[in-house]
Amino acid sequence: MIELLQFTFMQNALLAGLLASLACGIVGSLVVVNRIVFISGGIAHAAYGGVGLGYFFKFNPTLGAIVFSLVSALGMGMVQRKSQQRADTVIGVLWAIGMAIGIIFVDLTPGYKADLMSYLFGSILTVPTSDLWLMLGLDLLILLLVGLFYKELLAISFDETFATVLNVPADLIYNLLVVLIALTVVMLMRVVGLIMVIALLTIPAAISGQFVQDLKKMMLLASFLGCLFTTTGLCLSYFLNLTSGATIILVSGVVYFFCLVLKRFWLNKRSETLTNEASR
Amino acid sequence: MTCLFPTEAPAEVIRIQHLWARYTHENVLEEINLSVKEHDFIGLIGPNGGGKTTLLKVLLGLLPPSQGEISIFGKRVKEGRVFMGYVPQASEFDRAFPIKVWDVVRMGRLGQRQLLHPYNSEDKEIAAESLRQVGMLALRNRPFGELSGGQRQRVYIARALATQPKILLLDEPTASVDPQIRTNIYELLQELNAHLTILMISHDVGAVSSYVKTIGCLNKRLFYHGDRLITPDMLEMAYQCPIDLIAHGVPHRVFPDHIHPETSL
Repeated sequence: MIELLQFTFMQNALLAGLLASLACGIVGSLVVVNRIVFISGGIAHAAYGGVGLGYFFKFNPTLGAIVFSLVSALGMGMVQRKSQQRADTVIGVLWAIGMAIGIIFVDLTPGYKADLMSYLFGSILTVPTSDLWLMLGLDLLILLLVGLFYKELLAISFDETFATVLNVPADLIYNLLVVLIALTVVMLMRVVGLIMVIALLTIPAAISGQFVQDLKKMMLLASFLGCLFTTTGLCLSYFLNLTSGATIILVSGVVYFFCLVLKRFWLNKRSETLTNEASR
Repeated sequence: MTCLFPTEAPAEVIRIQHLWARYTHENVLEEINLSVKEHDFIGLIGPNGGGKTTLLKVLLGLLPPSQGEISIFGKRVKEGRVFMGYVPQASEFDRAFPIKVWDVVRMGRLGQRQLLHPYNSEDKEIAAESLRQVGMLALRNRPFGELSGGQRQRVYIARALATQPKILLLDEPTASVDPQIRTNIYELLQELNAHLTILMISHDVGAVSSYVKTIGCLNKRLFYHGDRLITPDMLEMAYQCPIDLIAHGVPHRVFPDHIHPETSL
C-alpha cells in the first residue's frame, strides 16, 4: 500500500480524485435536489464536441470541452426553463448532436489519436501536475461561487416561485448553477471520463441525501463519500489491474445500492417498532 | 370580533381592472374586476379549472395578463408583489429535499437581503417571531419533509410572514390537511387578519364561507359583490350547476343561516 504512494502518477491520481470529489459533492448535491441529472448527462456528452474541435483545430481539447460544456449548459438550461417543447426531448437531441460533432471532427483529423479514449473513459493515472492546479483553481471557484450565492441557490432549488416573487434573479442563479455543472463536468472528465460523469456527480450526493436533512451537510458528506470512492476505486483498480474510472463508478454504485437496501431495512424495522408501540 | 362594517372606507390595496388572461388561445380569465381593501379577508371559490390558480399567477407577476391592469399599492405587479406574502399549497413539495424548518422560514427575508448580503441578526429575529406567531418555533430544527401537512402549511405561512407583508395570498391553504387542522389554520388566519389583508383561493366552499369576511366565485369571470353571502345565483353563475354542489354535501341554502345567525331566514 505504502509503495503505491511512491509513484508520482499515483500521487497525482489520488490528488485528482480528492479534488474532483470536492466539486462533485457540492455541485452534485445541487444537481440531485434540483432533479437535473439528465441535463448534467447532456452537458457531459455534448462536451465531447469541444474535444473533437480541439483535435481538428489543434488547440487543447480540454479547453474545447470547457467552452462546449459551458455553451451547452446555458442552452440546455434555457430549454429546460423556457421552451414550449418537451424539454427532455430537446436536451436529448442536443446531447446526441454534441457527441456527434465531436466524433465527426475526430474522424476528419488526420493522424493517430492516442489519448482520445481518455476523454471518454477517464485517465486519472495520467493526470499531469498542471491539471491538478487547474482542478484546484476550479474547486476554489466553485467554492467561492456557491458560498457567495448559497442562499439564492437554496431558494431557487427549494421553491423558485417564492424566490421569484421576492424578486430574486432566478434566471441568473439558474444560469450560475448550470455553469457550475459545466465546470464540474470538465473536471470529472479527467477522472472517470465523459460517459460516466453523471455517476460520480450523482451517486455520492444521492447517498448523502438519504442520511442528512440539510443541503450544506449533504454537500459535505457527498464530498467525503466522493473521496472515499475515488481512493478505494483507484487502489482496487491498481491491484486488480482494471480501468480506474469504471472501478471508481462500480465501487460507488455498489455502495449506493447497499445504502438503499440498508435504509429500506432500517425504515421497515422502525415502522414495525412504531406499529408495535401504537398497538400496545 | 373583527369589525364587519367599518365606518370610513379603508384604503385600496389591490386593484384589478378589466383583466383577461389566457394560455395559448383559450381565455382562462375574462373581464376580472376586483378591488381589495385594507383588512379584507376574501375567499375566492370556484370549480377546478375555473382560473383560481391563473389569477394567483397573474397577481404574482408569473403570468402576464393579455389585457387589463393590476396595481398593488398603486404600483405595477413586479414592484408591488413584494408587499404580498405568498403561501403555496403545502402538498407541492419534494419530501426528500434536505432543508430544515428554520431555513425555509428564513427564505422570507430574501426580498430584504439582496445578492451578496448574508442574513443578519434582524432576519433571525423576524424569522423566529414569524415561527412563534404560527406556533412552530419549537420545531425550527426539524427537517421540513418530516412535518405533517398542517405543520408544513404553518411553516409556509410563517415564511410569508417573514417577508413582513401587507397582504397574505394563499393558494388552497387547507388542501392537504384534516378537518381539525383545517379549523386551526382558519383560526390562525382570522387572527392574522387583524393586521393583514388576506386573499385566499380555495375549492373548500363550506369551510371558507364560515371564516372569511367576504366571498367571491370565480369561473372564468368573477362574481364578487364585497359581500359575505354566497347567493344562489352567484353559485349558479360560477359553477353553472348548483346540483353538483349539493351532491358534494354543501347545500347552499344553509349559507345565509350559518353566516348571519341574527338574520336567520
